Amino acid sequence: MNHSPKPWLLSLALSMLGAVGIALGSAMGSTGWEPWWQAVQDPVSWQIVWDIRLPRSLGAWAGGALLGLAGALAQGLFRNALADPYLLGSASGASLGVAIFLSLFGGSVMAMGWLVKVGMTGAAFAGAVLAVMLTLVLARGVQHTLRLLLAGVVVGVVLGAITSFLNLWRPEVWQGMQGFMLGSTGFIGWTACLLMSGVLLLCSALAVVMARVLDALTLGENTALSLGVPLAQARVLLIAVIALATGTAVAQMGLIAFVGLAAPHVVRAMVRATHRWTVVLAALTGGLLLLLADLLARGLIAPQEMPVGVLTAVLGGGYLLWRMSRMSSVGGRS
Amino acid sequence: MRDLRSLWLMGLMLCSAWVQAVTVQDDRQQNVEMSKPPQRIVSLLPSLTETVCALGQCHKLVGLDRYSNWPESVRQLPRMGGGLDPSIEAVVAQRPDLVLMATSARGAERFEGLGLKVLMLEPRTHADVQRVLHTVAQALGVPQAQSDAVWRQIDAGVVAAAQSLPPQVKGQKIYVEVSPAPYGASESSFIGETLTRLGLRNILPANLGPFPKINPEFVVRAQPDVIMAGDSSRASMVQRPGWAQLKAMQSGKVCAFSSEESDMLVRAGPRMAEGARLMVQCLQRTVGGKS
Repeated sequence: MNHSPKPWLLSLALSMLGAVGIALGSAMGSTGWEPWWQAVQDPVSWQIVWDIRLPRSLGAWAGGALLGLAGALAQGLFRNALADPYLLGSASGASLGVAIFLSLFGGSVMAMGWLVKVGMTGAAFAGAVLAVMLTLVLARGVQHTLRLLLAGVVVGVVLGAITSFLNLWRPEVWQGMQGFMLGSTGFIGWTACLLMSGVLLLCSALAVVMARVLDALTLGENTALSLGVPLAQARVLLIAVIALATGTAVAQMGLIAFVGLAAPHVVRAMVRATHRWTVVLAALTGGLLLLLADLLARGLIAPQEMPVGVLTAVLGGGYLLWRMSRMSSVGGRS
Repeated sequence: MRDLRSLWLMGLMLCSAWVQAVTVQDDRQQNVEMSKPPQRIVSLLPSLTETVCALGQCHKLVGLDRYSNWPESVRQLPRMGGGLDPSIEAVVAQRPDLVLMATSARGAERFEGLGLKVLMLEPRTHADVQRVLHTVAQALGVPQAQSDAVWRQIDAGVVAAAQSLPPQVKGQKIYVEVSPAPYGASESSFIGETLTRLGLRNILPANLGPFPKINPEFVVRAQPDVIMAGDSSRASMVQRPGWAQLKAMQSGKVCAFSSEESDMLVRAGPRMAEGARLMVQCLQRTVGGKS
């Protein structure tokens, strides 16, 4: 534990890696390697770099950071290393929102002018937030962690079933759903990018403030209460932050697997720190992870693109598996 | 005299180029203004690709979705992803002056935000084929007379296919399966409309929606005279409970279409007459020969 790096040094390194990744991302794409200093001469190339690759790379980073942050908060709040940001039903809620949107949209395009404007992103965000609220209602508040988890599972399964039913009922919806479920960073423009960055700033500020509660919670709920932590209010706020972060990310990018689960684990493997640092580091790691996956998604089979969700699952899953095998070979603990 | 005439013609062409500024309404009810006929077109829907080519404008295509595969000449064109996952960057890099895509496709706002002209059209029925043909012709600056001629040819092809059907085949009950889930094609689907025009009966009524998920038992009860399906369905059909007793299965009145043939049948585009002919050939093979 002596040679565990200083948290601030690590966050600096992660930020710098992220910056390098974004610079790489703005120079690489479907048309191959095209550095921005060459693109300046040609307006179309410049537009591609400035209006497509840059917001996309920045957005992928911000979205990944949102998921990483939400993952760290969820794992801290539920004191469970298996918790991920989709735990409280937000993923299935977002899917259902999109499925409803698509089935209405597929029905009569013309009548739904306002719906088109709100769009798939609005539907996904509303679905995610409503699902978390439904979970809270079913769990009758936030007092019992176990009840919350179970309610989250129930909401996930039931909403998932309704989504499947809609897919079956209207097969033309299914294709659109598939695109959403795999996740994609390809549609992120400046608006989406700024939105995610804004929410990220807000959420990380709140998370840093709330980190003390998570530290107290590691000692157990009773100890935390006896320390005078206002647990009920803190839980509501933390869940709100998780829902906001996850809902925003899912609405803009679709379901991106594993980033939220893997990022806190990666951080814990690198450094042991209080939650104040863990949540920040998890956000930075999540951003880097998704950015990396996005770069690979663009590069691997260029000029075609892979859905980025497929790659995050492979990358994150592969990493966790490697950690696990190392842990067991060392003898159970690292 | 001849010089004068060519001069006049040239003037006319110039004029027509000048007054080409047309406003086209797409399926979102959005008006898209074309100041001059587009020269670089990206199409992200197979039936729209085929429509552009049917209008003789194939050479103006510079990029396609990964599913467009007809006519042969478009196969070498660069691919820009699918309708649901278009590569924004690849499309913009082609510098198109018109992007054709389905209303159900994604990314239109991004394209428009980046300054591209987008026409969203999604033909689903026979009537749509004609409407979309004319809209695309208008947007591309193809004279109305030409698009009318193209449509008349398509329509005549369907009529000819219907007439070539032996009279004893008319009124046969048909079941069309579009995927082995099984999803069938009802009267309100594009294939269903072709069946109706050929004077055939569909076991799936229009009120089930265009492509209903059906209970296999429904088909056993309806006892279709002929079954049409894609290659992928054929293997699983025999195993469905009760289907071995279907008269159509027992007497071999089952047509399996290859995926290329299925394209003609399901794409609401200019090859609908060829799709109709495929169905006629199937019926001549299975029913027409015997009685």
